[in-house]
Amino acid sequence: MKSYALFKKDISSELRTRYAINALAMFIIVTLSIILFSIGNERISSSLTGGLFWVIIFFTSMSGLSRVFVSEEERGTSLTLQLIAAPSTVFSGKLLFNLILVFAMNTVIAILYSALFNTFVLKNFALFLTSFILSNIGLAFASTIIAAIISKAGAKGTLYPVLSFPILLPLILTSVQLTLFAMDGTSFETAKFELAIVGCYDVIIFTVSYLLFDFIWKE
Amino acid sequence: MIEYSLTVESINKTFGRRLIFSGINFKLDSSTIFGISGPNGSGKSTLVKIIANIISPSSGKLVHNLNGTEIKPEKLHNHIGLVSPYLVLYDEFSAYENLNYFSEIRGISFDKEKVDKLLNKFLLYNRKDDLVKTYSSGMKQRLKFIFALMHSPQLIILDEPTSNLDDEGKEVVYELVKKEAKKNIVIIASNEKTDLSLCSETIDLKNYKK
Amino acid sequence: MKTTWKILLFLLLCFVSIAGISFPIVKNPQAWYEFPFIKGLEENAKIIFFHVPTAWLTVIAFLMTAIYSIKYLRKKNLDDDAKAYAAAQLGIIFCILATVTGAVWAKFAWGSFWSWDPRQTSIFALLLIYGAWFALRSSIESEEKRATLSSVYAIIAFVTVPFFIFIMPRIMTGLHPGSADDTNAGPIVDFKMNGNMQLIFFLSLIGFTILYFWMWRLGYKSIIYRDKLNKKLIRG
Repeated sequence: MKSYALFKKDISSELRTRYAINALAMFIIVTLSIILFSIGNERISSSLTGGLFWVIIFFTSMSGLSRVFVSEEERGTSLTLQLIAAPSTVFSGKLLFNLILVFAMNTVIAILYSALFNTFVLKNFALFLTSFILSNIGLAFASTIIAAIISKAGAKGTLYPVLSFPILLPLILTSVQLTLFAMDGTSFETAKFELAIVGCYDVIIFTVSYLLFDFIWKE
Repeated sequence: MIEYSLTVESINKTFGRRLIFSGINFKLDSSTIFGISGPNGSGKSTLVKIIANIISPSSGKLVHNLNGTEIKPEKLHNHIGLVSPYLVLYDEFSAYENLNYFSEIRGISFDKEKVDKLLNKFLLYNRKDDLVKTYSSGMKQRLKFIFALMHSPQLIILDEPTSNLDDEGKEVVYELVKKEAKKNIVIIASNEKTDLSLCSETIDLKNYKK
Repeated sequence: MKTTWKILLFLLLCFVSIAGISFPIVKNPQAWYEFPFIKGLEENAKIIFFHVPTAWLTVIAFLMTAIYSIKYLRKKNLDDDAKAYAAAQLGIIFCILATVTGAVWAKFAWGSFWSWDPRQTSIFALLLIYGAWFALRSSIESEEKRATLSSVYAIIAFVTVPFFIFIMPRIMTGLHPGSADDTNAGPIVDFKMNGNMQLIFFLSLIGFTILYFWMWRLGYKSIIYRDKLNKKLIRG
């Protein structure tokens, strides 16, 4: 499959050069350390713990998810991609890469976070897992289309969080709510409205991105 | 016999306030070598990119026809081969890996025989497993030709094809152009007289500036 | 807009402003110039004449930016981009006004300027969207690319708006009149305003809306003329 081939190309490029993986790993460690140092010996409430989790996820995403498009633009290989693939193939391939990256990144963050913060206790783990999956999908979808937009503009680094934050805000707010529910042990029944919101967000963002990508990609 | 035709109608291109060219019209059929000449900065590469469906014209249209049916823009890329100074290949991969990925992403099965033949013709076979990072500019130029030809396109566009090549390399290119032009359309955008001497018809972009 | 209409608009807005600010609020309104008490709002009610129209207009402006963005992507006519830009300029101004009037009201009604109530969060998000849109535009040199990319962003941002407007206030409790746990349904929906108040309110809404459309027309026309002049100057 063509998108899968593009994804394989990106993965092997990444494994060979290790630019993004190293940077992301260091970023996660540094961010967690800073937060731990700032908190010191204070005990933080569980709602703060839940919120902070998503702060780390957001900033880590901002440092790593734009690479899929920005590196192609900066090296000049966007032209090459345009010559070998239709826009929809490029979009699906890059989206797949970011999906895998988001899941890998956030799983690492989740594991480290629960190890380092003892207030991060998930009473309803199934709820956490479901919302984790749905939110990661939404995060990947939104950050990929915004990455495509800023790759074609100037000032790429600073513009990425500026453009992404308003678009991601409904997702982050609902995900924080769902994480707090999972920590409190709320049932699926009570949380189903929030889960539906994240699900709708995923579908809507994907549809809009798919329809608009062609306009971004070809000049 | 595959019949390919390219019709270019009243193409204009402006970047912001600057007019690059206007009123370009021509029609090409299979077995043609067509030249685009003009001083540096006259828009040769821009016209090349418009023909290759990389950027859109400001007005006018292009129609690519295969055996009488129009080809949709999303499907054009497998019918076109482009060599250009702006083309960049992935230097963290070897030549062979680059070409392999390109086939897979195009959705075409990798024709090992054809690729090996091309690598031999362009004297890159011994370096096929070396990273493109280690290639000289002449070698990269020759690899671009292989990139442009390995999927047997019907429309071959060469922008400054002999840049970075020594005389031997140029000979290989000219031989290739004549061979491809027997069945396909070849467009050459260049300032070199020897390049343009191969063309049956040439337009000069400085005539399209009003 | 013809001069008579401009004068009428001016008079209308003057009347609305004066009436809105000066008419007293009393328990049992008898005279035509008196407003009733509304539970939960009391004296602060008057800001409703200004805060609600600005919030309403910033959303209308955003809707128009999105519509002209879609039009631009279909026809690639830079005039549509000028219209979207003029709408966004007004949109961000009204958004700032809505945020500020809302914060002032919040201070008097709830005790603090900002409390992350869902509607406050929403208007803040809209402010961020406008800010991001302008930041994106200023980072692109080429006219067509600027128009295309900002149109795409406007449309993406627009589809997230329903999440803020309809869903967030329902699921999150809030202090805003009309939120999930407000026992009143809000002064507008419940018509706790008496006839006079409603009249002033709707006049204010209409007046500001006409003002907006007038400013928008002036805005986009001046952008289009300026661009035409610039192009003429360079071609010579």
